[in-house]
Amino acid sequence: MSIAPLAASLEITPSYYLVLAAALFSIGAVGVLVRRNVLVMFMSVELMLNAVNLTFVAFAKALNDTAGQVLVFFTLVVAAAEVAVGLAIIVAIFRRRRGATADDLTVLKG
Amino acid sequence: MNAHDLLQTVGIVPLLPLLGAVLLLFFGRRIGEPIAGWIATGLMGLAFLWGLVMLGAALSLPPEARSVSSVVFTWLPADVLKVDMAFLADPLSITWILLVTGVGMLIHLYAIGYMHGDPGFGRFFAYFNLFAASMLVLVLGNNYLVTFLGWEGVGLCSYLLISFWNQRESAAVGGKKAFIYNRVGDFGFMLAMFLLIAEFGTLDYGITGAAAGSASSGVVTAVALLLFLAVTGKSAQIPLFPWLTDAMEGPTPVSALIHAATMVTAGIFLVARAHPFFEASPDAATVVAWIGAITALLAGTIACFQPDIKRALAYSTISQLGYMVLALGIGAYTAAIFLVLMHAFFKGCLFLGAGSVIHGNDENQDMRVMGRFRAFLPVTAMGMVIAWLAITGVPPFAGFWSKDLVIESTFEAGDYGLWVIATLAAVMTGIYMTRLIFLTFYGNARFNDLPQPDAIPAVSGGSDDDAQGAGVAVADADVPPYTEAELGYDPDYSPTVQYPESPRAPRLHGHDPHESPTVMLVPIVVLAFLSAIGGLLNLPIHGLEFLGEWLEPVFEGVQQPAPSSFEEGLALTGVAFFFAAIGITIAYLIYHRGLRAPDRDPLKDKLGHGANLAGNAYYYDAGVSAFVDKPGRAGARFLDETVDTKVIDGSVNGVAGLVRRAGDGLRALQDGHVRRYAIGIVLGTTALLMYLLAYVGR
Amino acid sequence: MTVFLFFLMGGLTLLGALGVVLARNPVHSALFLVMTLLSVAVLFLLQDAELVAAVQVIVYAGAIVVLFIFVIMLLGVDRSEALTETLRFQRPIAVALGALVLVEILLLAGHSWATGAETTSGVPITGGGDFGTNIQRVARVLFTEFLWPFQLTAVLLVIAVVGSVVLAKRSGQPVGDEIDAAPGPQGESVP
Repeated sequence: MSIAPLAASLEITPSYYLVLAAALFSIGAVGVLVRRNVLVMFMSVELMLNAVNLTFVAFAKALNDTAGQVLVFFTLVVAAAEVAVGLAIIVAIFRRRRGATADDLTVLKG
Repeated sequence: MNAHDLLQTVGIVPLLPLLGAVLLLFFGRRIGEPIAGWIATGLMGLAFLWGLVMLGAALSLPPEARSVSSVVFTWLPADVLKVDMAFLADPLSITWILLVTGVGMLIHLYAIGYMHGDPGFGRFFAYFNLFAASMLVLVLGNNYLVTFLGWEGVGLCSYLLISFWNQRESAAVGGKKAFIYNRVGDFGFMLAMFLLIAEFGTLDYGITGAAAGSASSGVVTAVALLLFLAVTGKSAQIPLFPWLTDAMEGPTPVSALIHAATMVTAGIFLVARAHPFFEASPDAATVVAWIGAITALLAGTIACFQPDIKRALAYSTISQLGYMVLALGIGAYTAAIFLVLMHAFFKGCLFLGAGSVIHGNDENQDMRVMGRFRAFLPVTAMGMVIAWLAITGVPPFAGFWSKDLVIESTFEAGDYGLWVIATLAAVMTGIYMTRLIFLTFYGNARFNDLPQPDAIPAVSGGSDDDAQGAGVAVADADVPPYTEAELGYDPDYSPTVQYPESPRAPRLHGHDPHESPTVMLVPIVVLAFLSAIGGLLNLPIHGLEFLGEWLEPVFEGVQQPAPSSFEEGLALTGVAFFFAAIGITIAYLIYHRGLRAPDRDPLKDKLGHGANLAGNAYYYDAGVSAFVDKPGRAGARFLDETVDTKVIDGSVNGVAGLVRRAGDGLRALQDGHVRRYAIGIVLGTTALLMYLLAYVGR
Repeated sequence: MTVFLFFLMGGLTLLGALGVVLARNPVHSALFLVMTLLSVAVLFLLQDAELVAAVQVIVYAGAIVVLFIFVIMLLGVDRSEALTETLRFQRPIAVALGALVLVEILLLAGHSWATGAETTSGVPITGGGDFGTNIQRVARVLFTEFLWPFQLTAVLLVIAVVGSVVLAKRSGQPVGDEIDAAPGPQGESVP
């Protein structure tokens, strides 16, 4: 139990949450860049959005203002809408081809 | 209307022949021979009358009021440069318009006879009138630009008329050569005008002349030399003289009017007009004088060996122009202009006479197959003899007073080197003119000496300008597009005889050479008469120097060379005449019996290589041609292939190529892979954050 | 307690995120995503954001992830992805950029950005008088200050629904040329 006094003397300031959110964000970014499966790329984007939400909430707490939490709502709504439309597009594109990946979408090649 | 206002109507003088030209250009063929000719001549006559009116008006005014400008319209109204289409009627221009219209009228009359039967009759007179109009504009200009307009106009007409028989290759080449040599001179004229604009802001004669004395000497010298370059082109001096001999391809009236009496004097006129610049730049004046002198001597030597009568006269013209230029160079303006007038008379007479001789000799211009023509062409002979006496400077004919005045002036100006050269040139003049007269009119008759070429039946007796091939077989595969009957001349036959060629026989078929019709003889007689009495215009006796007094308002302030005493003047005159007489005597002794055989010229035989050198005009023209052909062509090819294609096109295409390659390179960025684009996005974000970091750190 | 929970949930969040990115089977990625989302919801709770935490669980973990699973199963993209990377340098660059972004954000976060703006809504999260529970506070702010954006999001959702239906609808013609006909680069997962 030697951790307890240590733990007791540590205060979780909003900065900790910011660090966490930053890490989450970068992991999500790397995921988008590295994965070929379209859906996994999408999920990585969701990770990034979550990181943003976490940041908002942390600041709401830090500044003691509810507006931050309200903004999280909007982020959530947009994320939901985006997922819906995005998945519809993916379905439309990949309906025929099984196992297709993002690397197959090269029609816009210059 | 008072005299001053009357002088403002001087624009009528060039307008009349211009109307003739326009009329004949459109309707010449329909009007036809000979009415077209009479219209043209009549308009010239009217112009001459109006010129006399101008003269009278000017004489009725006091000398200082005799310079009147009249503006026809504003040509360039720009702020930077304001130039009007304006005419200046003053003693200098009035002298010249009388010369051009008077002598021009006579030669127009002559041409009615000479061009009889030529299908291009109307076209000829249209060009002839156009030439007169241009020349008149040239001399009447109030500023350099109007003069330049006329300058270019006469150049154009010279080209049109030299290559009048345009299906003949030698004629086309001659016209082209004349035009191109003149173009080099025009270049100088234009540069001079640009300098004038830059320095004085105007091209007006009066203003620039007044300011010439105070402008920087570099500019003044440059202007003078550039203008002189134009003069060497138009007046056939070294270095731009070879075109004048090839200009003899044109019909003889053209040679008489344009290349003897009027156009070639345009250069003299220009220097007289721009004399303040030459007065202000002694260096330029020295250049002018020496070029004139050397040209006079050189051309004189060449003329001694020419077998072709027109070419001999052409070199004579170059030589006499050299005298005029020499006089200008030493400041003897009155002497120069006096010689211009007298030269127009006697050289015009000589050319018209030569035309008459050529007509009589079946278009054959080779003097080696002439001889004893005095018996067959008496009137022509008499006219030409008088002109001969005039040109060689025998008193009391015109040349004695004018040419010798020039020679005296060189002595009085103190330039003894020039005097020696001028005197030697006078000896040459004596030699070649006497040779010409005796080979043509005296001695033995040689026109039957050579075997007759195969006869081609002449088209009816009146059409004298049917130049039929002198036994030259019609060329092989090429069928000429026009027939001789259509053209009125043989396109393969060139009547001009170059120095090294052997003589050709005229096809007279046992007939004797015949005299010309009256319409051609009248001008010869008139001009001969004027050559005889012309000296009265400016006798060196005080009180009788009409021309000098008349021209004084134009050249006021110029110290023209004059004898220091009456005895000195007399002595110099005697010396000049003495040397001329030497020349005459030499030639008489050699040629008075004619030639033993048409291809043996005693002068040529005696002098051998020297004769060849001179006869071939010192290979100057050949040298120029070789230069233009080899280095000139190489230079042009260099400019075309390297500069134009590689550098200019290259840089333009290079820019396009660069854009294309950049595009190709950048296109690689768009490979279609979404994940690559995503990297781009993240990269951008990184950069943005980095910027923020830097900003925050501040 | 808070500390313990924070580190626990934080660790789970990161673990789940790494799982999403690194799992070869997309279904596994989806499950890891759920783990992340639930951990984040707990973190929300730790920060007195009760409503947001609830919504996160219901909407994100409950609806969105389910949607993902639907599509995965529908399209049959549940095969494992090949390991080799086809685009050159993609992985090194991605990792480098990710690390760079992280560092930059952390550095930036260390500074305080003073914009001079005070609290915008006037409704604090804790305290401040008679505002009620978290839900009530959020509602107060949402329907007064953020009313206009709220309505817009409603419109947005309608558009999204309509759009999804239209996009995913099978049209009458054969659908063949929507994807570039060129074969994918090597290493494509075997269909």
